[in-house]
Amino acid sequence: MNLRRWFLFPSWLWMAALFATPLAIVLAYSFLTRGVYGGIEQPWTVESYQRLFDPLYLSIYLRSIVMAIASTGFCLVLGFPAALFIASSPQHKNLYLQLVMLPFWTSFLVRTYAWLFLLRDTGLINSALQAMGIIENPLPMLYNDGAVLLGLVYGYLPFMVLPIYATLERMDPSLADAAADLGARPLATLFRVTIPLCKPGIIAGSVLVFIPSLGAYLTPDLLGGGRTVLIGNLVQNQFTTARDWPFGSAVSIILMGLVTVLVWAFLRRESENLA
Amino acid sequence: MKRWLAVYAAAFFAFLHLPLLTLAVFSFNSSQFTVWEGFSLDWYRAIVRTPQIMEGTWNSIIIALTATAISTVVGTLCAYGLWKRKSPFLTGSLYLSLVTPEIVTGIALLAMFQFVFRWLHWQLGLYTVILAHVAFSIPYVVIVVLSRLRTASPVLEEAAMDLGATEWQAFLYVTLPSLVPGIIAAALLALTVSFDDYVITSMVAGIDSETLPMVIYAMARRGASPVINAISALITVFFGLLILISERVRAAG
Repeated sequence: MNLRRWFLFPSWLWMAALFATPLAIVLAYSFLTRGVYGGIEQPWTVESYQRLFDPLYLSIYLRSIVMAIASTGFCLVLGFPAALFIASSPQHKNLYLQLVMLPFWTSFLVRTYAWLFLLRDTGLINSALQAMGIIENPLPMLYNDGAVLLGLVYGYLPFMVLPIYATLERMDPSLADAAADLGARPLATLFRVTIPLCKPGIIAGSVLVFIPSLGAYLTPDLLGGGRTVLIGNLVQNQFTTARDWPFGSAVSIILMGLVTVLVWAFLRRESENLA
Repeated sequence: MKRWLAVYAAAFFAFLHLPLLTLAVFSFNSSQFTVWEGFSLDWYRAIVRTPQIMEGTWNSIIIALTATAISTVVGTLCAYGLWKRKSPFLTGSLYLSLVTPEIVTGIALLAMFQFVFRWLHWQLGLYTVILAHVAFSIPYVVIVVLSRLRTASPVLEEAAMDLGATEWQAFLYVTLPSLVPGIIAAALLALTVSFDDYVITSMVAGIDSETLPMVIYAMARRGASPVINAISALITVFFGLLILISERVRAAG
């Protein structure tokens, strides 16, 4: 099995040098002191971790978590019926799936920018409403929490639709028929048969949306105009403008830890379900 | 309920696609405001006349092609090795790197490069971007190629080796050819994630290595502009076509 060792070697090397080492350095930095001109200095300290509990930062984590939950919730509510439609349509399934995937394949930056273009004061929505005489002054739709949430939902919606679709597709359609035969109305069948059976897909989709929403940087920066500060922006800010690398590192470690625990819990659940 | 579902689905697809479509339509507008004044190609001409955009595009192409080539080879070899025998530790790190928030990957790479530059007097540049892009593309390649390998049969390789092929020959002539569609799909995925990345790139790029997403981002940060609409339309059409072609290749293969 010499060949296998040679084949795995480049990826080992790359992951060790450009994934594990950088994270180890961030971990080390998080226990050091901020230098006078930025950068890092001795002595070793846990000060950065103590500062994490500053109410100012606590509100940022809280806001990020609320934002990620809201984004997951909206994706679920918007994505589930779409997945149901695709799974229950007699033909053109592949076409519909490709329609869901196509925006995902094109640029995330472009998709975020599209909303900047539509929501700005002179954007299409405001121009149209003004032309119809519904409003006089443009509505301030951009650079607020709502715009950021919209951007997150729009960006990660495919991540919710695909796993739910995959679960629905594997489901035995005769179960829903049986419920109907036993007198369940369509909505009762949906809520008491289809949705409970679809739980694995819903959980997978939720994890796939929650994680990138929690660590989002680009969407809050572009659509929030720097006014909606989430964990991702906090990290970036500490490494650039604030030049407080130890604190930025501590925030990164916490964020990383949170994501790891979530994924670990999800994978554990998955393997239990399979066993 | 069926009818309501169909109505909803139409609205859903409109929500997914109309923003990009509107963006593209208004890239042909002669006015820079969102009021239709007439057809024009001015904004497309402006792309060619803006040196930063052309330079950014050129950098992005070099980075995406190099990073894709390297990550496709490294990732394919890795997937094959993992298929032969599992390695929970390596698989775990690949997944972990996939779910790590981009901004954390970005600052971690920046911290490491700065750390290394204390001894080596190098600077951030195109090569640091390429190194970073290969790192975050490898997991995508491994996952796509592995999913193709699940349908491959190890018995064929054993048969080849019974007939006198070496391990290497069995890989090269038996398994590898059956992986080609998967490898192409993996390379395309790597190409799109590399070409599109802003967050990690902006952290590890030097002054001389601005990429197209960085140029677009800097422009968008100052507000919308029809020139960005035009570049966005070009990017969307280019990648849309690329994906459609790859779907055809996959369906044929």
